[in-house]
Amino acid sequence: MAELPVDAALTEGRVPDRSPEEIPELHEVDCPPELHEYIEAAMGRYPDRKSASLPALWAVQRRYGWCTPEGIRQAAAVMRVTPGYLESVASFYDLFHTEPVGTHKIAVCTNISCWMRGGDELLKAFCEATGCDPDEARHGTTSPDGDLHVTRFECLGACDLAPMASIDERYFGPLEAADAATAIEQLRSGEDVLPGKALEKRPLAGDTEGGADA
Amino acid sequence: MPETRVLLKHAEDPELRTLAGYRGYGGYETLERAYRTMEADEVLKELEDSGLRGRGGAGFSMGKKASFLPRGDMQKYLCCNADESEPGAFKDRELMMRNPHQLIEGIAIAALAADATLAFIFIRGEYDLVADILDTAVAEAYEAGYLGKDILGSRRDLELVVHRGAGAYICGEETALLDSLEGKRGNPRLKPPFPAVQGLYGGPTLINNVETLSNVPRIVARGAEWFRGFGTEQSPGTKVVSVSGCVRRPGNYEVELGVPIRELIYDLAGGPLEGREVKAFYPGGSSSPVLTPADLDLPYSFEAMAEARSMLGSGSIIVADDSISIPHMALRTAQFYHHESCGKCTPCREGTNWTVKMLERVVRGEGTPMDLDIIASVQENIIGHCLCVLGDAMAMPVGAMVRKFREEFEQAIAAAGEAPRPIAAVQGAPETMGASA
Repeated sequence: MAELPVDAALTEGRVPDRSPEEIPELHEVDCPPELHEYIEAAMGRYPDRKSASLPALWAVQRRYGWCTPEGIRQAAAVMRVTPGYLESVASFYDLFHTEPVGTHKIAVCTNISCWMRGGDELLKAFCEATGCDPDEARHGTTSPDGDLHVTRFECLGACDLAPMASIDERYFGPLEAADAATAIEQLRSGEDVLPGKALEKRPLAGDTEGGADA
Repeated sequence: MPETRVLLKHAEDPELRTLAGYRGYGGYETLERAYRTMEADEVLKELEDSGLRGRGGAGFSMGKKASFLPRGDMQKYLCCNADESEPGAFKDRELMMRNPHQLIEGIAIAALAADATLAFIFIRGEYDLVADILDTAVAEAYEAGYLGKDILGSRRDLELVVHRGAGAYICGEETALLDSLEGKRGNPRLKPPFPAVQGLYGGPTLINNVETLSNVPRIVARGAEWFRGFGTEQSPGTKVVSVSGCVRRPGNYEVELGVPIRELIYDLAGGPLEGREVKAFYPGGSSSPVLTPADLDLPYSFEAMAEARSMLGSGSIIVADDSISIPHMALRTAQFYHHESCGKCTPCREGTNWTVKMLERVVRGEGTPMDLDIIASVQENIIGHCLCVLGDAMAMPVGAMVRKFREEFEQAIAAAGEAPRPIAAVQGAPETMGASA
């Protein structure tokens, strides 16, 4: 709808061709059956279907790599809510991307504990290894080849691994600057990433067998 | 000093996270007894008598909170707050990863006490691995008949849903959590009404932290008296303490509440790195006013931390050694809250923004002496003036840093007058305080 008032600065690339205030019909959106089923099942778990907003947006992001306008319209049609509503939810949360991002996602923690142990330097190292601009990475940016998304992130809840990073939703640490290049190489070649530094392999701190000792 | 492992007992056993492993250590026996032989009031009384205080930050009596839920046939809800996002806190992650069934059993027993038949675990989206572990454990518990319809023939039902957040610190605030769970942007609500009366979908809702609920099975199994055998009069029990920052062995350590902080930082976490000294520490996550080495011998309890004008909060100690610049640490702290402010209330939205701008000026060497007083007054004008305490959570530690380390801020400002530095050189951490590990 060309006559819709839009602020170009805010909606660049996202200018709706349909009103975001109208609930799209299912036959208009061509929602893949698996996505449709997933969202229906999610809605069934809650007394109010709107509670499935986050699960639905996660499903859209997993399928398309980011919360695409088309994906949001598909979810909105299944949920019987407006695309505008889902857009407003998606834009609130740091983990939802409302613009295209690289396939692999790297979040480097630079909050207090990680900062004390070299989080800023680690972020720089990931930028060097991926060719990302360090200034851009403060708010998230994708490497020139479009493959890797690097972002500074607030506390990820792994200060015992400081400095650490979340790579494709798995935690790794404590990392040294040199680990960044290794991890990127492994991501590019499809190998296991930093197997020795994965959170799930880390023993409990304290006086148990194999307890962590720095 | 040894740890006192209650919640983390057997946690080094990788089998503990499976149903069989958990049952091997006596897991779910308490749930069976509670659902088969106990009335809601009996469970509630045990929880109230235990004096268990909320482990998420506020330290409010868990039993009392549960008793605030009205009686009657209306649908009631239980929400487990697993949105652990406070800088410095990583204890719930450990508890859920290593012993998910302990939490599920605690939720089921607490739901019995609160007469809730629908429960949610709201877990932060970044904890994808942990959420996967929870999904598996919940499926196992359903399979074994500990969740679902007519649990163990008790005619009581409980559905449990693992709900993944999507990256917002504010959703750890209980009313913002409810909005987020209802599928909205995570904005806090005006209180009262409190969630116990009008919470999720407008119904009575009990909201408790992961560690709080993980304590429930053993309290009901062994009784309130046993639980009160640990800790202090006003802070009974053990606490999983996350220690991080400038220490040799960062990690989670479980101790009785009331142990000297020195033992936590030095004995368990190994103390500061070679040649370094403790300069300051946050005793209860980044929201707690910093303490100094003079406070190291205080007991680690809710009451002692309150008396020292700080708080135990979520039980997360972040240690700063003498290589750390306090103005930079204040800036890093303020930046976090600025990023995470939901923007609903003006004092928080604008206060965090201007605090960051002023601290950036100080750190860049563009500060003026009057900035410190303005920073201090901005903090005072945030506290108590918003719907939730996110703004306060910045104002308290930043205010304390300016108050306790004013000289260091003044030096930064004075040094600036002599040798102004280019802005670009001091974005983030300065070269002098890089990796100390």
